[in-house]
Amino acid sequence: MTLPQTAAPPVPPVPPVPMMSSKSAKPARTWPIPFRIAAGFLLLTATLAILAPLVAPYEPDAIDLNASLALPDGAHVLGTDQSGRDLLSRVLHGAGPSLVAPLALLALASVIGIALGTLAAWHGGWVDALVSRVTDVMFAFPGLLFVILIVSVFGDGLTTAVIALALAYSPVVAKYTRSIALAERAKPYIDAYRVQGMGGFAICARRLVPNLAPSLIGYLVLMFGQVLMGMATLSYLGFGAQPPSSEWGLMVKEGQAALVQGALWPALVPGTAIALVVVAFNVVGVRISDRLGVRER
Amino acid sequence: MPARALRITLGLLVTLLAASFVIFGAIYAAPGDPAAFLVGGQEDATPEKLAAVRAAYHLDDPLWVQYGDWIGGVLRGDLGRSMQYHDQVADLVSSRVPTTLFLVGYSAVLFVVAGVALGVLSAVRGGRVDSIVVAVTTLLASIPKFVKALALVAFLGVQLGWFPVTGAGEGFGDRLHHLTLPALSLALGELAVVSRVTRQSMLEQYAQDHVTVARAAGLSEFKVIRRHVLRNALAPVVTMCGLIIASLFAGTVVVETAFGISGMGSLLVQAINTHDFPVTQAVLLLMVLAYMLVTTFVDLVHPLIDPRVRLEGSAA
Repeated sequence: MTLPQTAAPPVPPVPPVPMMSSKSAKPARTWPIPFRIAAGFLLLTATLAILAPLVAPYEPDAIDLNASLALPDGAHVLGTDQSGRDLLSRVLHGAGPSLVAPLALLALASVIGIALGTLAAWHGGWVDALVSRVTDVMFAFPGLLFVILIVSVFGDGLTTAVIALALAYSPVVAKYTRSIALAERAKPYIDAYRVQGMGGFAICARRLVPNLAPSLIGYLVLMFGQVLMGMATLSYLGFGAQPPSSEWGLMVKEGQAALVQGALWPALVPGTAIALVVVAFNVVGVRISDRLGVRER
Repeated sequence: MPARALRITLGLLVTLLAASFVIFGAIYAAPGDPAAFLVGGQEDATPEKLAAVRAAYHLDDPLWVQYGDWIGGVLRGDLGRSMQYHDQVADLVSSRVPTTLFLVGYSAVLFVVAGVALGVLSAVRGGRVDSIVVAVTTLLASIPKFVKALALVAFLGVQLGWFPVTGAGEGFGDRLHHLTLPALSLALGELAVVSRVTRQSMLEQYAQDHVTVARAAGLSEFKVIRRHVLRNALAPVVTMCGLIIASLFAGTVVVETAFGISGMGSLLVQAINTHDFPVTQAVLLLMVLAYMLVTTFVDLVHPLIDPRVRLEGSAA
């Protein structure tokens, strides 16, 4: 269908856009207000996570038993936990591990998943069947149960949790990659490279996967909220980050005991932080994946 | 039809066998001696104790023989002996299954009723109502279950005192009261998908000729919606609800921990914390079994709800 266009139809002139710095000549696209708010919030969170040691008013593990379970006031903007640790400082310090761990595990999951998915789609036959059966077995474990199995064997801790979650999410990535790689592989340009004598690995690594990149990135951005929730849930269960970390899921777990004493802040401050970041990421993710054209499975 | 049912059932069996092998074989992936792992890394693990464990688990047999023994025991209802409680795992588990089933069932009723109602509302009213339903349900789906659980405890439990915040209660009424908040925290996140699927499926029906005919025949709008639109739109909704119910079993791990309910989910967490591997294996196996059984059941009954699927099935 892509005939050389000898006589291109006249394109209506694009109205001049002053703020366009991009080299593409596409019309300017405005981002809706909720997207801007969410993106701004995420940028702010990321900045605060990096600057936490500078901006946090207290040390995250500074214990002050005189100020145990203090309500928000001038000294402690978001109150304190049972040990009198400043919740604002803990949430700020916890932003780093809470965001970096999901990012790392998603990166690991996508490396494994994209490699397996591409391999299955490219090779077909028994390789495809094998990869599909393995992913099927992993899909037989609902929710976080596969992760829990790995944690039960290898012990808890942030590193184990990250690897376990990466293994659990990689079949999801593999399945999606396989489905879009199958369609891409059938396109004529792939045959053209083959005819030129390019090897299968080179075609996959240098042509096919880069061409899938927009869809894959859009899909992974959409997954991030899910992955962040998974990581926080694992820490909440006590299998992820360990004390004295102030990872948010772990903070919720530690704050839970204060809840029945009527102190709501220690559990709800980190809980709200998780919820806000996930919501913001979903708002941003849906829009970005729309623009990148994530294909339906 | 029988061919399809047979194929699905065989697929279920193969997947279950593979999953059970993964669950059983996991101890061999653990670093070090499986016997040391099974006694829970206790420092007082004397050679006698290790030898006892090795004998009890036939650890000197080949892996396939051990797996065969274990799965044979499971099929006879013998799940082994708990390391922590020294009870039969089967007794431990069976005392906790009713609570978890009650929780899952209660939660299923909540999300099915509320989700379908919201979906119908979205489809019938559209416009602003639809946007609000989407926004609220999406927001609820973006909050992790344990955060929802604790928020419910904080506001409806501690602040207002309407519901108890821990335990599962005795007797039906008391149990319903105790498990309302846990069931809500399981159900709220699923409203988004159910309401979306209901709305989408109903909108597809609206465009069909039989709806126009029903209207032309003078049926009231309520009857048109209930008998013609909703009735025909149900098949995808039922399928989706079935799949969600299957996944609720895994969700009980978090919710039971948050509310201190002694069900299967909290048993799993305790078993891992106390390195009680036989219990861990048993609970994981039962949860995978429940999940696979429900999803397969949904697969099997799908053609019965929606006869149109039968045609596609016979062609394949």
